[in-house]
Amino acid sequence: MNALWQRVPKGNTLWIFLVLVGICVAFSVLNPTAFATPFEARTVATNASVLLVVAVGSTFVIITGGIDLSVGSVLVFSGVVAGEVMHAGSDQGLAAGWGTIGLGLVAALGSGLAWGLLNGFLTAVAKVPALIVTLGTLGAAYGFSQIITHGQDLRGVPDLLAEDIGLGRMVGGIPWMVVIAAAVTVVGAIVLGITQFGRYTLAVGSNAEAARRAGINVRRHLIKVYAFQGLLAGLAGFLALAYFDTTTISGHSSDNLAAITAVVIGGTSLFGGRGTVIGTAIGVFIPAVLASGFVIVGVQSYWQNVALGAVLIVAVYVDQLRRQSRNRQ
Amino acid sequence: MASPLLEAVGLVKHYGQVQALRGADFTVSAGEVVALVGDNGAGKSTLVKLLSGAGRPDDGEIRLDGVPIALSTPLEAQQLGIETVYQDLALAPDLDGSANLYLGRELRKAGLLGRLGVLDNKAMRAGARAAFAELGVDLQNALTEVANLSGGQRQSVAVARSVAWASRIVFLDEPTAALGVLQTGRVLDVVRRIRDRGIAVVLISHNMPQVLGVADRIEVLRLGRRVAQFTAADATVEQLVGAMTGARSDQEGAA
Repeated sequence: MNALWQRVPKGNTLWIFLVLVGICVAFSVLNPTAFATPFEARTVATNASVLLVVAVGSTFVIITGGIDLSVGSVLVFSGVVAGEVMHAGSDQGLAAGWGTIGLGLVAALGSGLAWGLLNGFLTAVAKVPALIVTLGTLGAAYGFSQIITHGQDLRGVPDLLAEDIGLGRMVGGIPWMVVIAAAVTVVGAIVLGITQFGRYTLAVGSNAEAARRAGINVRRHLIKVYAFQGLLAGLAGFLALAYFDTTTISGHSSDNLAAITAVVIGGTSLFGGRGTVIGTAIGVFIPAVLASGFVIVGVQSYWQNVALGAVLIVAVYVDQLRRQSRNRQ
Repeated sequence: MASPLLEAVGLVKHYGQVQALRGADFTVSAGEVVALVGDNGAGKSTLVKLLSGAGRPDDGEIRLDGVPIALSTPLEAQQLGIETVYQDLALAPDLDGSANLYLGRELRKAGLLGRLGVLDNKAMRAGARAAFAELGVDLQNALTEVANLSGGQRQSVAVARSVAWASRIVFLDEPTAALGVLQTGRVLDVVRRIRDRGIAVVLISHNMPQVLGVADRIEVLRLGRRVAQFTAADATVEQLVGAMTGARSDQEGAA
């Protein structure tokens, strides 16, 4: 009995993976010529890569028992700042080189990191609930983005960035967007799985008081976790800029919910203390595959939202059951 | 009696208007189990907090090996070899026994990987198994999540953690309050084993027969002061209760 219960948490990731495989198989059977193709796989993966980068960070935040609603706005803000910096940093316009693009990347990462540090400081030190802090920065970062751009999307991303990164592919035909998102996922999985940073993240979410008494600087760790989320939102903003070739200011208002949904479907507990980055990656792809599949088999794409809502509630319900069964012991 | 390992003299602590300690004394020597007893509000928890670094006294002195020390955080106490098992155990339920044992003191791999923060889980598991085995704690393995352990096993993990790091003194706050008869017996066995390793054990308990069964000496607190000391072998439950409630006032008891 004991052995069975020990396996259930680790088995969660496997179950979610099987659900994803099942969805893929179902669409492949329904329409093999359109769905099970390299083109479709590439499209789905590329479309999901920006969200995946954000969701890796959200996994850490949610494992600490926190939440970050500001990711979409921070993403937009970082993209706007990167766009402005690249515009100002070069007089060659669209022909700007990798130096300018590097400057833009640093600007995006710096902007994301700054918002993340602010979120972390207000949550961990000022003790304002994360929900409120990040609701506030959600609005503020969005507002600043519009102030900087006067509400007009920036155009004129360097061609090199838009074409080589946004649309470009590696040897073997894998889009660079996907390669970058996969690399972030692998690094996130390693950090959470086998490093002290990951162990502290789990410990703080599992029992913050125990972590504090064990000598872990809980405040500092929480600040780091929110900063990491901000950094990844900044990177995602840069990737979105490359992919869409514009800042898409109004296109990310539901990124936070999409990221939280992916994390929770992936088996991370909203109450903190447990979760995996690999689960989150699967959780990102379930909605992505559903969206593409519904279109291909001719179902109204709005059904995707219905299906996703149901999956989300089931995922949290399963987590609740697990917690209840363990508290009964 | 050997010269005291840890000694508190005239400790005073106020919380606002409430005077929790009014000049409390306390002594414990290496290799003995001292029970700290007293009625609710007598100041037991406050005294342990001050002695384990979770609070600072308003007045009075704490001496380790006769040298006055100032503890401002539990970490400082831990560095001096003083560990505390709190009533709520302070374990992370989602982590396994090994991770809890090494929480905040994780072992890292050698070389570059370790410097990047990569944990040496293998070494920690081996260390945890050895620590549990040394205490005779019956844990199937150190890899089970604490959430899936019974109350007694959780208690064992918490005690094993403190003992693994304590070189001088272990404070146990009501270690058997939530346990059944069998589990209580096991924890008390562990207490004796810790003492036999030459570590001082301070036990806070409300269970008088248990106190008499496991402790070498008993110190009684009442209204923020030490009112009696007993040698367990010579004391009775009636004497302890009398000293706790103030019905008896034989200042030095049988000690």
